[in-house]
Amino acid sequence: MEPALKINNLQVSYYTDAGRARALDGVNLTLNPGEKLGLVGESGSGKSTMALAMMRMIKPPGRIEGGEVIIGDVNLTTLSEEDMLKARLSRIAYIPQGAMNSLNPVTRIGAQMVDAIKAHDTGMSKKEIIEKSMESLESVDLKREVFKMYPHELSGGMKQRVCIAIGILLEPQVIVADEPTSALDVITQRQVMETIDKVQDKLGAAIILIGHDMGLMAQFVDRVAVMYTGRLMEVSSVKDMFTRPKHPYAVDLIHSLPNLENKGVFKGIPGVAPALLRLPSGCSFHPRCSQAIEICQKDTPPYQEIEDNRFAACHLFQEKA
Amino acid sequence: MKIRKIIERIFFFLLVVWAASTITFFIPRISSRNPVRERFGQLARSGGFAPADLEIIIESFNQKFGLDLPLWEQYTNYVGSLARLDLGVSMFQFPKTVGELINESLPWTIGLLVTTTILSFIIGNLMGAIAAWPKAPRWLRNLAMPFVLFMGVPPVLLAIFLLFFIAFRLKFLPLGGAYSIGTVPNLSLEFALDVLKHQILPATAMIFGSVGGWVLSMRGMGITIQGEDYVLFAEHKGLSGFTIFKDYYLRNALLPQVTAFALALGNVVSSGIIIEQLFGLPGIGTLLHNAIKFNDFVVIYGVVLFITIAIAALMVFVELLYPLLDPRIQD
Ligand SMILES: Nc1ncnc2c1ncn2[C@@H]1O[C@H](COP(=O)(O)OP(=O)(O)OP(=O)(O)O)[C@@H](O)[C@H]1O
Ligand SMILES: [Mg+2]
Repeated sequence: MEPALKINNLQVSYYTDAGRARALDGVNLTLNPGEKLGLVGESGSGKSTMALAMMRMIKPPGRIEGGEVIIGDVNLTTLSEEDMLKARLSRIAYIPQGAMNSLNPVTRIGAQMVDAIKAHDTGMSKKEIIEKSMESLESVDLKREVFKMYPHELSGGMKQRVCIAIGILLEPQVIVADEPTSALDVITQRQVMETIDKVQDKLGAAIILIGHDMGLMAQFVDRVAVMYTGRLMEVSSVKDMFTRPKHPYAVDLIHSLPNLENKGVFKGIPGVAPALLRLPSGCSFHPRCSQAIEICQKDTPPYQEIEDNRFAACHLFQEKA
Repeated sequence: MKIRKIIERIFFFLLVVWAASTITFFIPRISSRNPVRERFGQLARSGGFAPADLEIIIESFNQKFGLDLPLWEQYTNYVGSLARLDLGVSMFQFPKTVGELINESLPWTIGLLVTTTILSFIIGNLMGAIAAWPKAPRWLRNLAMPFVLFMGVPPVLLAIFLLFFIAFRLKFLPLGGAYSIGTVPNLSLEFALDVLKHQILPATAMIFGSVGGWVLSMRGMGITIQGEDYVLFAEHKGLSGFTIFKDYYLRNALLPQVTAFALALGNVVSSGIIIEQLFGLPGIGTLLHNAIKFNDFVVIYGVVLFITIAIAALMVFVELLYPLLDPRIQD
């Protein structure tokens, strides 16, 4: 099967007054059609940067400095600016976190769906565009009437659904959702997640779900990717990740989750994530790692397949023979 | 719902008009000064007639204009004539009515002050919006700089400067007046061009005086709006830069400017009075200025009332317009 998404050695830096911050440092990832990947990691680890880099929406002082993002057979990184505009929404769609404010307050929902379709060469008539928009609203469990409403007339959950409906208008192969439910209450969170799940199944699109809620992740995604200081530390299936995580950072992360046995005890990860401007030598996690060995201080571990369909960047694991 | 709101607004407008007219009625009457006596006293001193006749003249004037009647009767007469859009008769340019005088001056004020206020609004806001738009070419973003610099110069100073160099020294454009002396107003192209030529300098002074302010406030708004989630999401949708600029960015950044624009329009007469004077244009500002100079209190109060009503009407219009611009504003 041809992968829906291939990310090769993606590099992004932010050039701040204090120096160059490598926010994304050699990320590799392959996603099959219909696959759901959860992307987790501490705040500032580069999750949003990765989403924006895939959309080619990194703004100054940030810059994509290398690597490629390939969707189907199209390499987004080499597209012209104009072709990239067309690729947004039609090949890769982004569902924002701030659904509360992601819709233009002064125009109707319908207008904000119609202009999105019109910006792409779909060859649809005006009537077809409206019909398509309304169908899209229906597929995220909203009424067709929402088409004529203004954002302030909708609840937070409904606004997030509208954003999803916009995201799937042109049936993209890849959807990136950056904390799509973090501003919602738990009940609405679940409903919105179910909606994302449903429309994604229908489209057969691959999805990257960025989030902090491991519980919610565990239920909805197939694989989990753990990011630390702009690098992927481990990518494994949900089951593997939760039952036998490999990378020491992933182990700590999973064990810091509350469960009934360790109720009341918060087990965090010792130390704090280093500033991107002053990354430790070798593996960026080694100062906090309980299993660090000598080489960890010197060499950056390569990101490689350590078991069938499990990837990690850690010196403790040899490349699969 | 909608109809109710319109009726409510119109009722409120009438209330404002009534309050304003009542105040303009009572101010000259409760003041210790007697404008009629002062006016004719002035004339008497300048040698128009014997001081002995003064009392008789004032008496007959009061009688003629009903100023000898009881206050409440004067008031009802006044309100009655207002309802007939009758603002009274000028004391100085008798027998011209205040209505006629306003009618004659209004086109000049609209032609210069209102037009330049609208032009400044459009130019200033467009430039301010572009100046804050990161994707605009650098030269386009800097286009607003000279206007911002000119903001420090009072329009009057600029006007004098323009008059001195362009009209007086270089003689490119006329020194003042609404049209060339000797021509009779008519509907020919020649006359229209003549009028236009006379408007260039005052219009330039007005525009340079106010564009900078719009640029600065709009640029501030623009910087806030461009970071809003809906502008970013619009980019994620793959919309062209122009569409985002127009429908997402400018549209939202303009909202507070509309209110400021209504206020600027309301201030048109007071902000333009000196320009009209300086360039000898017979607009409302000049009318008011002359009325004050000659103590023509009927005209003074008539013009003030007219301006008040115009501003009140403008505010009603803006309030009714606003929900169309921003659907979040209701009732
Ligand atoms: N515009 C910017 N200028 C400078 N540095 C930036 C900028 N945007 C992001 N960064 C830096 O890049 C790093 C990654 O940020 P990013 O927003 O991708 O993190 P994240 O994993 O999405 O965090 P969160 O979970 O809080 O959303 C951070 O260290 C941040 O300081
Ligand atoms: Mg983020």
